[in-house]
Amino acid sequence: MSSSSKCEIPLTVNGEKYSVIARQADTLLFVLRNHLGLTGAKPGCLNGDCGACTVLMDKTPIKSCMILAIEAIGKSVTTIEGLRDAPIQRAFVEHFAFQCGYCTPGFIMNAHALVESTPNASEPIIEKWLESNVCRCTSYFEIEQAVKSVLAEKQASKD
Amino acid sequence: MIGKSVIRKEAWDKVTGRAKYTHDKLQQGMLHAHLVTSPYAHALIHEIHFEKALSVPGVRAVVTGKGLPLTGEDLRDRPPIAFDKVRYHGEVVAIVVADTPIQAEKGANLVQIVYEPLPTVGSPRAALQADAPLIHENLGSYEKNDHTYPEPNTNIAHRTKIRKGNMEKGWSESEVVIETSVAFSPSDHLAMETRCATAEIFPDGRIEITASTQSPFMIKKLISTYFGEDVGKVVVHTPLVGGGYGGKAPVQLELLAYLASKAVRGRKVSVWNTREQDMITSPVHIGMEATVKLGCTKDGMIKAAEILFLFDGGAYSDKAIDVTRAAAVDCTGPYRIENVWCDSLCIYTNHPYASPFRSFGHCEQAFAIERAMDILAEKLGMDKLELRLKNAILPGHTTPTRVLLNRSNVGNLPACIKRLRELIQWDQWQRIELNARTVRAKGVSCSWKTSTIDTEASSGAIVTFNPDGSVNLMSGVVEIGTGSKTVLAQILAGKLKMDIDDIHVKMDIDTQSTPEHWKTVASRGTFMGGRAVLNAAEDAIRQLKAIAACVLRSPIEDLEVGYGKVFVRDDPAIFIPIKDIAYGYKYPNGNAIGGQIIGRGNYTLRHLTPLDKETGAGKPGPEWTVCAHAVEIEFDKRDCTYQILKAVSVVDVGEVLNWKAAIGQIIGAMSMGLSFASRETFLFDRYERVLNPQIRTYQPIRFGEHPEYIADFIKTPQIDAPYGARGAGEHGLIGIPAALANALSIAAGVPLNKLPLFPEQIWRAQKGK
Amino acid sequence: MVSFDFTYHRPSSIEEAVQLFASLQRQGKTPIYYSGGTEIITLSRLNLVFADAVIDIKHIPECQSFDISQNQLVLGTALTLTAIEETNAFPLLAKAASEIADRTARNQITLGGNICGQIFYRETVLPLLLVDSDIVIAGKSGVQQRPIHEVFQQSIQLQPGEFLVQVKMNAAYLTMPHVHMKRRKQGKVGYPLVTVSALKKGNELRTAFSGVCPFPFRSPKVEEMLNARHLPIDARIDYALQQLPEPILDDIEGSAEYRLFVLKNTLWDILTELEEAER
Repeated sequence: MSSSSKCEIPLTVNGEKYSVIARQADTLLFVLRNHLGLTGAKPGCLNGDCGACTVLMDKTPIKSCMILAIEAIGKSVTTIEGLRDAPIQRAFVEHFAFQCGYCTPGFIMNAHALVESTPNASEPIIEKWLESNVCRCTSYFEIEQAVKSVLAEKQASKD
Repeated sequence: MIGKSVIRKEAWDKVTGRAKYTHDKLQQGMLHAHLVTSPYAHALIHEIHFEKALSVPGVRAVVTGKGLPLTGEDLRDRPPIAFDKVRYHGEVVAIVVADTPIQAEKGANLVQIVYEPLPTVGSPRAALQADAPLIHENLGSYEKNDHTYPEPNTNIAHRTKIRKGNMEKGWSESEVVIETSVAFSPSDHLAMETRCATAEIFPDGRIEITASTQSPFMIKKLISTYFGEDVGKVVVHTPLVGGGYGGKAPVQLELLAYLASKAVRGRKVSVWNTREQDMITSPVHIGMEATVKLGCTKDGMIKAAEILFLFDGGAYSDKAIDVTRAAAVDCTGPYRIENVWCDSLCIYTNHPYASPFRSFGHCEQAFAIERAMDILAEKLGMDKLELRLKNAILPGHTTPTRVLLNRSNVGNLPACIKRLRELIQWDQWQRIELNARTVRAKGVSCSWKTSTIDTEASSGAIVTFNPDGSVNLMSGVVEIGTGSKTVLAQILAGKLKMDIDDIHVKMDIDTQSTPEHWKTVASRGTFMGGRAVLNAAEDAIRQLKAIAACVLRSPIEDLEVGYGKVFVRDDPAIFIPIKDIAYGYKYPNGNAIGGQIIGRGNYTLRHLTPLDKETGAGKPGPEWTVCAHAVEIEFDKRDCTYQILKAVSVVDVGEVLNWKAAIGQIIGAMSMGLSFASRETFLFDRYERVLNPQIRTYQPIRFGEHPEYIADFIKTPQIDAPYGARGAGEHGLIGIPAALANALSIAAGVPLNKLPLFPEQIWRAQKGK
Repeated sequence: MVSFDFTYHRPSSIEEAVQLFASLQRQGKTPIYYSGGTEIITLSRLNLVFADAVIDIKHIPECQSFDISQNQLVLGTALTLTAIEETNAFPLLAKAASEIADRTARNQITLGGNICGQIFYRETVLPLLLVDSDIVIAGKSGVQQRPIHEVFQQSIQLQPGEFLVQVKMNAAYLTMPHVHMKRRKQGKVGYPLVTVSALKKGNELRTAFSGVCPFPFRSPKVEEMLNARHLPIDARIDYALQQLPEPILDDIEGSAEYRLFVLKNTLWDILTELEEAER
């Protein structure tokens, strides 16, 4: 590996500043997991197809397997480890919205971004967002219930 | 406690990213392997050149298959790394081990292999042709167990025969006869966590494996058997597993990790499947072609069944043999049929090799039988549920392998059908035309399943106490997502009459300290693990009472344990808190008696026998769970597209131990069944290479495509099971593919006997193509 | 994961990007322009793309432009598909964008990346073909604006070192009647069996296709047949389908004969919808 292919990459993850020496070709997912030890984001396909690696970049959900770590310079990255008592986490627990739990961090990050950005999300919008993630254990019904419960809470607290 | 929707013990770890799976256990200094796989489905390997790979900085070793023993659970037909020839697309040919995953991949890209392609076998029926290429020339010389019957010089790895009753009599009593054939290709489990294993070999010969597996204890035994290692020196760790569905029951990557570690003088090596490898290199969901012939009287009493299952076991038999046996065991579906002839064949093809898939041969078997049942009902002009009800298997009847059923070992199918009938409003309508283009239809099916695990398979549990009186539970059941470990904690809490929060469950498996549970398969975790836990609890209770008897100066038989105390039954005011005796008891003067309470228990299924080679007679499992299913769809007659509106399963589970978890198991399984039946298949080219080994082109059901799910329960207790609960982890799935096909056949007006039911498939059926 | 190594560059102006490309090339490197990056990473994994330098053009202001004036809509090629969809300045393009991949992926996939993709569906091109848009291209010889029909023939026709900066279209098109239909093999996410975009300019029906051939296209001959209003719809479709530029695709998404069936029905739906709207 030529030394020029590695470089120092300053990152802001979960509000904390990091500096890693990584390949410029390394994906954000790889750097989060292998350099920062943040293994919450999961490799499911490394092809942008399953959503298990979803993290937030400036509050927008992205698939961290499909973006270079170096592209995240200057952005604020949030992983599942960065959520603190987010309502969606409790909702997933209470609605049994996961079984094996492997797709859960990705699902939660996407759902969290949805409920925070679009508290009045309609059914088609929920669908449009969440069809980005594959779950193999649940029937999706439980996840739907969890997301809707948080949206309902948000509506109720607004009223 | 029993029936409550207790939140799973590892829930908060899973929603905070703290839950660790095998591939999350990254470690400094660990080496990484990349698998070199075959681009051909059948080819001779002439040369392997890996000098260039070795020259990549960081590459430490390249491992090939030279000199390795053959492997396989029932029949040893599989080299862990292909050597003289490859038999499926994606088969492992070499392993490159390097400091980083990238270096390993770079090295793998530089391994050059000279192949000579061979003619391929693309389906079970093609494999049975007289001139079909032989996939295993040395089939006759492979080592095998006593109950596996390969047929040398053919592509038949194993044949299970069921011969019950008198077929001639059956046919002579039959006034109406139908015959139908069904088929589907291999597909995938698509667990979200791809398989992963690490291995490290220590100077004293200790082999430490960490694996994403349903079978940690089997890994230990097989590494010992295959490679002559001391079984006690193999230690397998299994953290949380990211979905199994049967796909992580076979042992594959663990062997590769062991071999890779050996090649680098025992250093720790991680072998991790890419999604593409996980889909085709590792074992897949079995394919099948089948023919079913049923005969019945004019009023619909089935008199004879002749069933031929031709399973596409792929290139190696491994667990496929067992799957094909399980399909034979329950070949008739949950119906009373006195005269049965069934041959279930495990056939070699040049497809990826097969493994168990949730329901273990049963959704496959049910697809054939339940399509046949609908066709029979149509020919009879009889209501489809009525025909099923009329022939429903009941206590007093015998199964295809001649097990006599009683009120405990089989559930209540008529009750399931009755409940289903209400839930789907069967009597109101079964097919309606909404307009010229749109039609709605309901399809139904029934199913059953027993387990077919080894007759001596056992489960163990250990219960230890903490100084505060709380309890640690160790069981060999792997937490693959089913919530079994939480259910076991509920069983323990119920028995000890204590708060579930005071039960600490050890999630990870360590085969050196966790008591064995044979394999986390076959929906047997709750029954076997639960019995073991109850025994361990009894043992702990006995020990607690023994100490309390001294302290309380009371006969043991007068004592009770519960609510954090040991107390005198007729005078509960006389008691001692468990925390004061959990580590023995210390008298005021400093003297002490007893020690830490350690309860142990185990359980082995009883009275099981292997199947007779010629007739199939034998007792494969302890009980049969029965179910009734329905799927309602809306079909566009012009486009042949459809929407799944509703899916219903009624399962006789005996008892529900954790309501929401049980519902989740049932509807999750239904979702998997709908996904398989509506869209999942490998697509092969004419050289039997898989064209869609990615989620992008192998699309499972996604959020928003899910219908309304209804799961409901009938409760006919299995007397010998904890709280009467039957196996239920797989059962929601079994009849669903058939119910979907039945609904669509009714809607489209043409028999749909091939899966998956892509609109193109329906369009072809209508065109007669 | 990308198993080969590259250097990453983030120019902040068009000139800088073009110069970088040239200088990297002079150094004997194989540079590639990079926008959303999803396809480059996908294909790199499978060793179907190679580059030892990537030039990320997302941070060039012109590539991020979103400018709607009375006469013209200007879209920077680094806008994400989600942005195109949610700003909805050109509803037909928004609809086409919204059907590609899935929403999380669309937060990364860019307009330019989709137009220039190797994966041949490139469905955002369909509306752009229908409105006779112009493409702004930067290269050695500076920035130039060219009609899409000139630079997009089956795939984008660029000289080495050139990249897409913007897409411009006449605002009059944005509100014309339109339909976009994507038919898949099954389900709501994934590649198309066929995708058809249609727009009505006065009485003239324009159509563009993806998934029908291994490239997106708009065909004057097909449109001529579809516009033969004196004929019944069925006949117009039959004639139009005889004018496809290449035999219809036959692949894992669907067989040629089934695709033809789906395409016929799709065209029928489009024609009826647009012509019924007239009444």
